Amino acid sequence: MAFNSSDIAAFKDIWVFCEQREGKLMNTDFELISEGRKLADERGAKLVGVLLGDNVEGIAKELGGYGADKVIVCNHPELKVYTTDAYAKVLCDVAMDKKPEVILLGATNIGRDLGPRCAARLRTGLTADCTHLDIDMDNYVEFLEKSSTLDLSNTKFDMEDVNLKQTRPAFGGHLMATIICPRFRPCMSTVRPGVMKKAPFDQAKADACEIEMYPVTIEKSDLRTEVLEVVKEAKQLVDLIGAEVIVSVGRGISKDVEGGIELAHQLADAFGNAVVGGSRATIDSGWLSADHQVGQTGKTVHPKIYVALGISGAIQHKAGMQDSELIIAVNKNENAPIFDIADYGIVGDLFKVVPMMVEAIKEAKESK
Amino acid sequence: MRIYVCVKQVPDTSGVVAVNPDGTLNRASMQTIINHDDLSAMEQALRLKDATGCQVTAVTMGPPPAEGMLRELLAMGADDAVLISAREFGGSDTFATSQIISAAITHLGLGEEDIIFCGRQAIDGDTAQVGPQIAEKMDIPQVTYCAELEKNGNEIIVKRMLEDGYMKIKVQTPCLITCIKDNEFVPRYMTVNGINDCYSKPLTVLDFEALKDEPLIELDTIGLKGSPTNIFKSFTPPLKGVGIMLEGNGKETCADLAARLLDKHLI
Repeated sequence: MAFNSSDIAAFKDIWVFCEQREGKLMNTDFELISEGRKLADERGAKLVGVLLGDNVEGIAKELGGYGADKVIVCNHPELKVYTTDAYAKVLCDVAMDKKPEVILLGATNIGRDLGPRCAARLRTGLTADCTHLDIDMDNYVEFLEKSSTLDLSNTKFDMEDVNLKQTRPAFGGHLMATIICPRFRPCMSTVRPGVMKKAPFDQAKADACEIEMYPVTIEKSDLRTEVLEVVKEAKQLVDLIGAEVIVSVGRGISKDVEGGIELAHQLADAFGNAVVGGSRATIDSGWLSADHQVGQTGKTVHPKIYVALGISGAIQHKAGMQDSELIIAVNKNENAPIFDIADYGIVGDLFKVVPMMVEAIKEAKESK
Repeated sequence: MRIYVCVKQVPDTSGVVAVNPDGTLNRASMQTIINHDDLSAMEQALRLKDATGCQVTAVTMGPPPAEGMLRELLAMGADDAVLISAREFGGSDTFATSQIISAAITHLGLGEEDIIFCGRQAIDGDTAQVGPQIAEKMDIPQVTYCAELEKNGNEIIVKRMLEDGYMKIKVQTPCLITCIKDNEFVPRYMTVNGINDCYSKPLTVLDFEALKDEPLIELDTIGLKGSPTNIFKSFTPPLKGVGIMLEGNGKETCADLAARLLDKHLI
C-alpha cells in the first residue's frame, strides 16, 4: 500500500532516531529514549529506537535499559559515517514501511540536517529544537500551569486530544510556543540536547529489549555527497552539560579579556567540578570558542550553581541558564536584567569581587 | 553559473522585545534586521562572484517592505533580487515556506552549475529547517553547517561543522549549502557605488499568480491554513522568584555568600 501521511489512523508507536558517532551512542539518545518512554506510556504505545550504522547491533540493547521496548537496527557500510542521502533514504524507507506516529531526533548538527530532509520526503510537519513534549492533555495543562503566565481558568481544552504537543522557545526565548501537527503523520520533532532528563539505567530492561535487524539497500546512485574526512578537533571540548558548576563571563570582561577569563577559571577551580562558559557576546567577539556558549543559540544548562560574571542577562542568555538550581550574578550595573533571575546578586566590579570570592569559597570549604 | 542566496528579514531579538498581552510578539515595536547567518551566506556567495564572476541572486519571502532589505543586498553586490510575496503565502511554516521558495527557484531556473545558499537558521524561529526542505523538494544534495568551501568546476568541497569537530564533504552542483556565521565571513559593507546602483538593479516580485501552477506547490499545504504544523498555544515563561541582593561587594559580602552556599550544601 502506498504511503499516505494524511491517513493518520494507520500510524502507531513512538520512535526515537538514535544517533551514533564512531559506533558509540550519544547522551542525547538516552535522554530522548527516556522522554520517549514517558510519551509511549501516555499514548499506550510501544517505544522503538531506530539505530543506523555499520555493525551497530552490539550497542542497541543499551537503549532498552533507558526504556526502549524494541530497537530497529539498520546495518550497512554506507551508514558507518553520517551522510544526508544514505540516512534520509534508510530512515524514510523504514518509516514508510512501519508508519510510526511520532519520530523524535536529537537537535544536534546531524539531527537538524536529517530531520527536515525526512519530514519533507514523508510530507509531514517537523518542529525544531523542542524543550518540552506531552501527549496526555492533563499533563500538558499541568505543565502550562507551572510554566506559563497564561490564565487557564477560562480556557477549554479537548482532554481527549492525542496530538503530540511540542513546546519550544521562539524569538530568542521571549516566547514559548506549543506546536501541533494535526493533519499528518508521523509527527516529527527535534529535541534540544541536555534538556530531557535521562532515566536510571535498568540492566533487566536492557536484556529484555527486542532487536529487529532491518535489511537495507543503498545504491551508489542514492549518494550524492562523499565524506572525504572526519576530523575531531584536538582541543578538549567544554562539557557544559555535565558540569555541576558553571562560571560564565560576558561583555563585562572587555577591559581585560584574558584577565577576566583567568579569574573565571580560578573561581571554577575553587568550586571544583566546574567549567567556564560565556554569553553570546564573548563568542561573537572571539574571546571564547563556540563550545563555551550558554544561551538560546548555545547550550541549555541546569547546573547546581551558575555564576554570571559581567553578563547583563539578555533574554537569549537567560533562555539557556535560568533553570539552574542556584544563580549568582556579579555585575557593575545594579539594573542589569540578570539580577531579576539571580538568587544572589552582588553589585560590583568583577575584577575586584572575584578574587575575594575565590578566597571566601576556599576558606568555607576548608572550614567544613 | 548563478548563486541563489535565500535571506530572511527578522525581528532583532537581541534588543528590547515587546510581547502583547495575548502572548504574541509585538512586531510593530521591533527593529528588523537581515538574519546574521544569511549575511554570512551572502558573503560566501559574493566571494565566489569575486573569483568567478558568477551571478548572485538574493531571494526572500516576506511582506512588501522586505524590498528594503533586498536593496541593501543589491548594494552589497548581489546582481538581482527576487521578492516572493503574497497574502496566500503568509503564516507558512517551514514545510510550506520551502515549497514556495523551491517553486520560485524552479520558476527562475536552476542550472547544472548553480548553487543555492541559505543561512543555517534564522534568529526568530531558530529552526534550521527551510534549507534542507528546499533541497529535498528540488531533489538536490545538501550540505549544512558550512564554515568554508572550495569550488573547482562543478565540484565543491565543504567544511561541515559538527559539535565535536568537522567533516570535509565533496558535493556536485547543483546543490544547496547552509552557512553558519563565522569569523571568516564577516559580511562586507555596502559601497557608495553599490548604494547608487541598487535601485537600478532588477528586482522581481513573484506573487501567488506567478507560482500557483508550479508543480512543487501543493495548494493545500501552504499558508497559515495549509501548513502541516500549527501553533496550539503561545505564552511567556513566568519570571523566577525574586532573589537576594547581597549588601556591599567586599570581603564580608563574599564570605556571606560562601556561608550561604555552605548552608545549602552546595560547596
